[in-house]
Amino acid sequence: MHEMALTESIVDILQEEARRRAFSRVTLVRLEIGALGHVDPRALAFCFDAVSRGTIADGAALDIVSVPGQGWCFDCEKATPLEERFGACAHCGGRRVQMTSGDEMRVKEMEVE
Amino acid sequence: MCSVCGCGTATIETTRKAGTPDHGHHHGHGHDHTHDHDHDHDHAHSHDHDHVHTPHGALDYGAGAAGAHAPGLTQERMVSIERDILSKNDGYARENRARLADRHVLALNFVSSPGSGKTTLLVRAIEDLKDKFDIAVIEGDQQTSNDAARIRATGAPAIQINTGKGCHLDAHMVGHALDDLPRQEGGLLFIENVGNLVCPAAFDLGEAHKVVVLSVTEGEDKPAKYPDMFAAADLMLLNKSDLLPHLDFDVGACLAAALRVNPRLQTLVVSARSGEGLAAFYAWIEARANGAKAP
Ligand SMILES: Nc1nc2c(ncn2[C@@H]2O[C@H](COP(=O)(O)OP(=O)(O)O)[C@@H](O)[C@H]2O)c(=O)[nH]1
Ligand SMILES: [Mg+2]
Ligand SMILES: [Zn+2]
Ligand SMILES: [Zn+2]
Ligand SMILES: [Zn+2]
Repeated sequence: MHEMALTESIVDILQEEARRRAFSRVTLVRLEIGALGHVDPRALAFCFDAVSRGTIADGAALDIVSVPGQGWCFDCEKATPLEERFGACAHCGGRRVQMTSGDEMRVKEMEVE
Repeated sequence: MCSVCGCGTATIETTRKAGTPDHGHHHGHGHDHTHDHDHDHDHAHSHDHDHVHTPHGALDYGAGAAGAHAPGLTQERMVSIERDILSKNDGYARENRARLADRHVLALNFVSSPGSGKTTLLVRAIEDLKDKFDIAVIEGDQQTSNDAARIRATGAPAIQINTGKGCHLDAHMVGHALDDLPRQEGGLLFIENVGNLVCPAAFDLGEAHKVVVLSVTEGEDKPAKYPDMFAAADLMLLNKSDLLPHLDFDVGACLAAALRVNPRLQTLVVSARSGEGLAAFYAWIEARANGAKAP
């Protein structure tokens, strides 16, 4: 949906880190993207190619690590995998589930020269 | 417009004359919790990640290219970043929120699909509340300044932000719009977001509350289809109630669906046309606003 804006934020972050840490080129960027969010990794990769052109991340590889959805069921008092954002507990079918992961959008690490 | 941040594709219709100083807001950079340790990969990149690729089918776009560059000649190193992609937006949002708090302005971010009646509601609310509060409006649309013109017809100042291809407002655009609005002391700031029930949920603008507007012509399962927006909102206005006699929209089922994704959501059934339910909406605003207009 808004992959273009997200990609611009990613490149901003890379440029800021480049200034702070004094490196000149980014060769690999690793992102963590939650499976329950609304980010389409393919669209992100496509936008990244376009947005990074002419920046320190020009030509950098993009590694997108998908983080599976997980929640905590208050009835079972244990963790449950989540297939959707406000889904039911996989153990008891209950709805009192708090999502604990799956909506991440994080620049995790990068490889620089 | 803004060299620090490279304002992107959005254009802000500005009333500022050339030569007046730019930028009332400081550009916050979300440098919060970056870690300074680099973890050493003293070998050429070999793709033995310490993270697990998930059964969900992780998309590893990097494999080919990463293996391709020549080892040895340049010093490559892995740097841990751990920064949220939206951290910059959140930094701007914090600034906006501090500025609004400083001026005792209650800011509401109105989100909905296109056509649910946001502008109509705002025009009506301004007419009904303008004797009580100073009200300013930020209008977000991909194109045109029609909505800002509708607002200005009430006498309230309005800034139009055209996001172009962008499908949401972000906190940086809103900061610039605040620069261009007359300075308020107390009162209300209404922000009409771009009509879109998906991504405005993720972009904090610095508002006090998100108000989600849904109209009875849209179908009662919207909250189930777009749960993030209903989860992010504090108030839901179910608009166009004057049309209910002509439809078979199930109000109870719609509210139940909304409360399922957000049990703390407050809900009001309103009509911007007939005025039904608006008194309750205004009471909700007045309970949260500080600094009513001096009589
Ligand atoms: N019947 C009825 N129509 C409404 C109501 N509120 C808005 N509308 C109509 O819905 C259409 C879209 O309204 P608008 O305010 O432009 O929606 P926005 O895109 O959310 O800003 C317009 O034709 C309005 O006249 C309402 O309460 N009842
Ligand atoms: Mg509108
Ligand atoms: Zn968007
Ligand atoms: Zn359970
Ligand atoms: Zn700026």
